[in-house]
Amino acid sequence: MRALTWHGKHDVRVDTVDDPEILNPRDAIIKITSTAICGSDLHLYDGFIPTMKAGDILGHEFMGEVVETGPGSTLVKGQRVVVPFTIACGSCYHCGKHQYSACDNGNPADNQDIGMELYGQPMSGLFGYSHLTGGYAGGQAEYVRVPFSDVGPIVVPEGLDDDDVLFLSDILPTGWQAAENADIEPGDTVAVWGCGPVGLFAVQSAFLMGAARVIAIDHFPRRLELARKFGAQTINFEESKTYEALMEMTGGIGPDAVIDAVGLEAHGFFVDNVIDQVKASLFLGTDRIHSIRQAIVACRKGGRVSMPAVYGGIVDKFPLGAFMEKGLTLKTGQTSVQHYMPALLNAIVEGKIDTTFLISHRMSLEDAPKGYKMFHDNQNEVTKVVLKPGFTETAVAAE
Amino acid sequence: MARRNDDAPPTTSKSQETRDSAVQALPETRGDTLFGRTVTINRSRAELYEYWRDFARLPTFMENVVRVDVPSRELSHWVVKAPGGKTVEWDARITEEKDGELIAWASSGDADVPNGGRIEFQDAGTRGTIVTATIVYDPPAGVLGKLIAKMFQREPAIQARRDLRRFKQLMETGEVATSSRTRAQLEEEKA
Repeated sequence: MRALTWHGKHDVRVDTVDDPEILNPRDAIIKITSTAICGSDLHLYDGFIPTMKAGDILGHEFMGEVVETGPGSTLVKGQRVVVPFTIACGSCYHCGKHQYSACDNGNPADNQDIGMELYGQPMSGLFGYSHLTGGYAGGQAEYVRVPFSDVGPIVVPEGLDDDDVLFLSDILPTGWQAAENADIEPGDTVAVWGCGPVGLFAVQSAFLMGAARVIAIDHFPRRLELARKFGAQTINFEESKTYEALMEMTGGIGPDAVIDAVGLEAHGFFVDNVIDQVKASLFLGTDRIHSIRQAIVACRKGGRVSMPAVYGGIVDKFPLGAFMEKGLTLKTGQTSVQHYMPALLNAIVEGKIDTTFLISHRMSLEDAPKGYKMFHDNQNEVTKVVLKPGFTETAVAAE
Repeated sequence: MARRNDDAPPTTSKSQETRDSAVQALPETRGDTLFGRTVTINRSRAELYEYWRDFARLPTFMENVVRVDVPSRELSHWVVKAPGGKTVEWDARITEEKDGELIAWASSGDADVPNGGRIEFQDAGTRGTIVTATIVYDPPAGVLGKLIAKMFQREPAIQARRDLRRFKQLMETGEVATSSRTRAQLEEEKA
């Protein structure tokens, strides 16, 4: 099959590799029909995530058609499914509590050593996201092997296009969980740092959860425009002072809840074993946690901090004093996608959440390297690239 | 017995004296390297014990174990992978057994890698069962052997830690998780 493989910094290629096979009873093989490039894929593209190996297949936002099933799978050949990016077994203590992203068993045993070293306990497996999270082949390919296929994938009802439901795989549940973690009360003002896909879904979700006002912060005009389309007020941090603006816009109180949907960007993955490598750029690195630091300082006393943003390691100059003195609460974590999928699928069917607005470019899998470069170089215009392995033409921009 | 000032398991002690006394406390000592690891498994004590007690099944999750022959209820013969594509073998005997609670063993004195220890199963209420492995072994051929074993990921403590995770996966999910994409990759990973 053809697959997008990682070879190093800014070096991704479409290679021919062996097709995946059923290896465990609960496996299924999915023929990919749509797969997106995620903002977090750019961290891999920029070479900042450790434990990547040349040839690794990327992609954790994907959907497709079931073409093969193991004896323990509940899926049926021909079904269309969206696959969660978190690999969860459904039978451990954490899955029982719907903490799917904390699944004990999704990450292969040998891979758990490094998570144990870095974080105290290993995290769940993820598709296409380094060997720290399992080393699973991702979905930017023609086919993918999906473990625990009786637990993760959700069957798409008739009448829905791929574009309507694809984002159930990651960014929609991630934006929703971000708003849920902000414990929004009716009438709240919620500030969202970052108007990428997760931030934009957090804006929509916050309103659905009763926020009276959402203030979105970014510096890309097109992304701020999208936030405004969903009813948010905006702060362009290149034009205005964010903290001062937030204080003035909230009557001198500060936002009731703050959401950091920015994260490490390209520089902050401070895992112990790469610290030396990035030491030279440590000044840049510490600056990159700017968003969470600013969110904590801006948040009102007794307020809530939600952090869907991805961080990897140990950070510097964290405003622990402001956090403690103001009595803030922080909630965070990888998304428990499986927990949110059914309700969010309903919300899409009922037209409560708009998903397709995000897609700026559709292209063939063969053009994936071009898609990475475009997304990397022009984050204002390129809000979301969806790869279609079936596509034959070259890059098609959305209308 | 070394003086103890806390309730932490002796396998986690910073004091060599405490660790040594834990080794001595085992019914038959087979080495000087102590390793302990606990895992909670979301299954009943009886179910876990029954699976483990059938030693011939252990290779399903003990990746390094090629085969376990069970000539009698007390005796077993182990064939285990070693660095460099070799295998090592030994006989082991059950030294203590409490149905559903505890299995203790010791290898024969002339084993290639002398070892002994116990596996304990404790109820953990709604969380299932706490499984604790305490293993004492003699690292193969001293420090150099240990280093080589570690390089080849055959070091007994590393293996035991991973085997317990695989046991948990098998018991909780019915399978051992793998990120391989093809059967060939899976075989290579297990080799």
